[in-house]
Amino acid sequence: MELYELTACQAANALAKKEVTACDLTESIYKRIAAVEDKIKGFITVREKQEALSEAVQVQDSLEKGDKLASLRGIPMTLKDNICTLNLPTTCGSKMLQGYYPPYDAHVTEKLQEAGTILVGKSNMDEFAMGSSTENSSFYPTLNPWNQHYVPGGSSGGSAALVAARETFFALGSDTGGSVRQPASLCGVVGFKPTYGLVSRYGLIAFASSLDQIGTLTRDVRDCAMVLDIIAGHDSRDSTSVPREKENYSRDLEKSSSSFRVGIPRECFGQGVEEDVKKAVKRGIEKCQQIGTVIEEISFPHNEHALPAYYLVATAESSSNLARYDGIQYGFRSKKAENLHDLYRKTREEGFGPEVKRRVMLGTYALSSGYYDAYYLKALKVRTIIRKDFEKIFEDHDFVIMPTSPTVAFAMGEKVDDPLTMYLNDIFTVPANLAGLPAISIPCGFSRGLPVGLQVVGRPFDEKRLLQFSYKLESLLQVKDIKPDIAEVGQTDIS
Amino acid sequence: MPEMETVVGLEVHVELITGTKLFCGCSTAFGADPNTNVCPVCLGLPGGTLPVLNKRAAEFTIKAAQALNCKISEMLTFDRKNYFYADLPKGYQISQFFYPMGTNGDVEINIDGETKRIGIQQIHLEEDTGKLLHIGTIISSPSSRVDFNRAGVPLIEIVTKPDIRSAEEARLFLQRLRSILRYLEISDCKMEEGSMRCDANISIRVKGGDNLGDKTELKNMNSFRSVYKGIEFEVARQKQVIKEGGMVAPETRHWDESKGITKAMRSKFVSADYRCFPDPNLPPLDITKEWLETIKAELPELPAARFKRFLLEYQLPVYDAEVLTNSKELSDFYEVTLTYFNDPKTVSNWVMGELLRLLNAASLEIEKCNIRPEALAKLLKMIDKNTISGKIAKTVFEEMFESGEDPEVIVKQRGLVQISDENALEDIIFQVLENNPKSVEDYHKGKKKAMGHLVGQVMKETKGKANPQKVNEILKNKLDN
Repeated sequence: MELYELTACQAANALAKKEVTACDLTESIYKRIAAVEDKIKGFITVREKQEALSEAVQVQDSLEKGDKLASLRGIPMTLKDNICTLNLPTTCGSKMLQGYYPPYDAHVTEKLQEAGTILVGKSNMDEFAMGSSTENSSFYPTLNPWNQHYVPGGSSGGSAALVAARETFFALGSDTGGSVRQPASLCGVVGFKPTYGLVSRYGLIAFASSLDQIGTLTRDVRDCAMVLDIIAGHDSRDSTSVPREKENYSRDLEKSSSSFRVGIPRECFGQGVEEDVKKAVKRGIEKCQQIGTVIEEISFPHNEHALPAYYLVATAESSSNLARYDGIQYGFRSKKAENLHDLYRKTREEGFGPEVKRRVMLGTYALSSGYYDAYYLKALKVRTIIRKDFEKIFEDHDFVIMPTSPTVAFAMGEKVDDPLTMYLNDIFTVPANLAGLPAISIPCGFSRGLPVGLQVVGRPFDEKRLLQFSYKLESLLQVKDIKPDIAEVGQTDIS
Repeated sequence: MPEMETVVGLEVHVELITGTKLFCGCSTAFGADPNTNVCPVCLGLPGGTLPVLNKRAAEFTIKAAQALNCKISEMLTFDRKNYFYADLPKGYQISQFFYPMGTNGDVEINIDGETKRIGIQQIHLEEDTGKLLHIGTIISSPSSRVDFNRAGVPLIEIVTKPDIRSAEEARLFLQRLRSILRYLEISDCKMEEGSMRCDANISIRVKGGDNLGDKTELKNMNSFRSVYKGIEFEVARQKQVIKEGGMVAPETRHWDESKGITKAMRSKFVSADYRCFPDPNLPPLDITKEWLETIKAELPELPAARFKRFLLEYQLPVYDAEVLTNSKELSDFYEVTLTYFNDPKTVSNWVMGELLRLLNAASLEIEKCNIRPEALAKLLKMIDKNTISGKIAKTVFEEMFESGEDPEVIVKQRGLVQISDENALEDIIFQVLENNPKSVEDYHKGKKKAMGHLVGQVMKETKGKANPQKVNEILKNKLDN
């Protein structure tokens, strides 16, 4: 077995037992990248191998000196390209920021560095995290490791595909309306979005500030808990970061309390959800019952309003967040401009892709005087109602289970000209963002050889129990070790 | 034509002296090299350039709102005002649109011996923009540079109700406002450095009417004087337009200091849509009663209260009390001097007379003055004890102002002690009478003016050190007997 096939936790254990070195792990990842990246295109930037290796040597030295170590020291990892890194370009998947080097590291970048993990690259994404297929990247689309004619989901499609393709041990993504969970579901990996405020957004290029949250893409739930241990915690540089005592999520992961009550919203198994998806998720729910979990059908009455509310709030905030890309200080600047207004117009016209322009225009409209009350303000009210729906559900349920995405991965190009159909991908993921709740997607089965994800949503800051429950569920589902078969360079592609 | 009246509302921006910016730790120092007081947050760089509120700025604003008798908001919230301009790094300004910190307050001014209240519509906290630098004018400049040092400096905006009826009232209001904010020690309010900026909304209407006429917004007034002159000019211009049967165009106008006129800048027909919405990066904070009370307890005595106290406690004339209390530093100086020499009117005369004269001539602020209250008191005591004459004291005072030397030392070193010894004076007077027989004769002929000449001669002989009262006494005695 190749080293890159190990989970992050297994690799860390092998390091601890001195069976392998950090350099071996890094070499193995680079070997895998060389072999399959052409088929996946999950990276925007791959770090120079020598640089990563010299960092691995340093980490190895400190490992041998027996420093008291964080658990993922020496493990290679990848960051989504909207997370700032001092020494690697951060493009946000956009021509607007091509070649942009931020003068600082994001909070999570710092934390992962302190923990001794080794950055190997920056992953591909929909431009400014706007999209559900990674086809909106200004550079190239990422391909689904399970079938390269299909999309990996988005916007953290690069991160999800790289984890599925074993090109990285784990990756970070960002989740504004499902951008971690949906690609995780489509690529058959674990995607977790923490409670809003648990992980600092300092250094995350903003899409919609009240919804954005950094999340993890990992091979299994244990890896997820270990990464969360590193990145969670209060940061005074983010006013929305919640000051609370730090928890240890990976400790006692296997010790789940005896019985939980889980709500299943009937609205999430209706029209528009693929039969195979329903079947796979229901199978997961049955597994829960086998271990004594109480399953109850519930109603999530305002679910149908979540998506429109989300698309108003998110576009409104993004229209403001993206105003700074004006060609004045940094990034792309049109060479054709004659004066200041021309500079704004042409820079934004040439620098942004069509989906970004569409959302900026929608958001600008929603905030305009005369429309503010009817659109933005109403969307905020819906948001409050959704939050209250959840509060009510959580009065007598521990978790809610629903599909992560109504469909499995769709074909490349299939929905790219139909934004509304594309937006429907987020129908089950946006409620957790609107309510700020923690939510995880776990692989639960397959349809036509493509993975299906099951989503568990929990109470605010109830990550510990949510992960314990997810860990148990994952072990019952027994799909986590099924991996995609990607033809390596030089091999004949039989499909 | 019916009688017209002027209606003016002011929008005043004041930079707060918090030391650091509103949402990051950068310095707010004036005059640093361009783009040196900046960081990713105030530059609005992509990615997690998140604002963290400077609590001091919030407290300063609450203080100001309390001092302006405003109703204070129960929540501290911030909104984004979206527009594109090259000096605005994020493409939006963080301000308080939905819930300004304070509303519905007032400021008292004294005009023509009466007290008038100018209503305050609102006061809110916001961040300043950067500054554009052009070569020549903005139109002719081949390119422009941006300095972001000022971007993110905390500003309070104070908007008055349209209660101001003349350029003079506007000037008095601004003076009083500056005085209040300086008493609070939250801003230095220097119009020349831009730490206090004022725009005026000006219209005219039939006297006593309810409706406001079409207004113009006047900008670029960089001193109290130009606010006064700008409004005067603009009011006259509008009256002329109406007199000629025209209509006042609603527009933004620019005060041209060198030419002393206002010029049209841009039309106001299309109102800008700033698409304000609550800033999702700054969760609302409760403004608790306890917090407000803590801040209120720290409020100093304000100019209006001090003015009234000076009238009562020191029995000063209105004019003296007004001038002294207009500046916190000046009235502090005055009161400290009184603790050493308790003669309110005398001290007031010296502070308002000699001290202000020298400060103005040297364009110096009282804090930087060489003379300390204790030294002034010492000087006044020397006059009181007849050690020196009032006239000599002025010379001594000038020297104190220059060198900061102790008055006793100056008097001693330069031998300025007053001659009050009668024997010594009689000798000198005898001499003077001998040498001026003509004046003596004139005096006896009834020309009482001759007395003045003789006194002058005595003073000349003694280099001004003779005690004038004594000289008069002795001289009169000698001449009349």
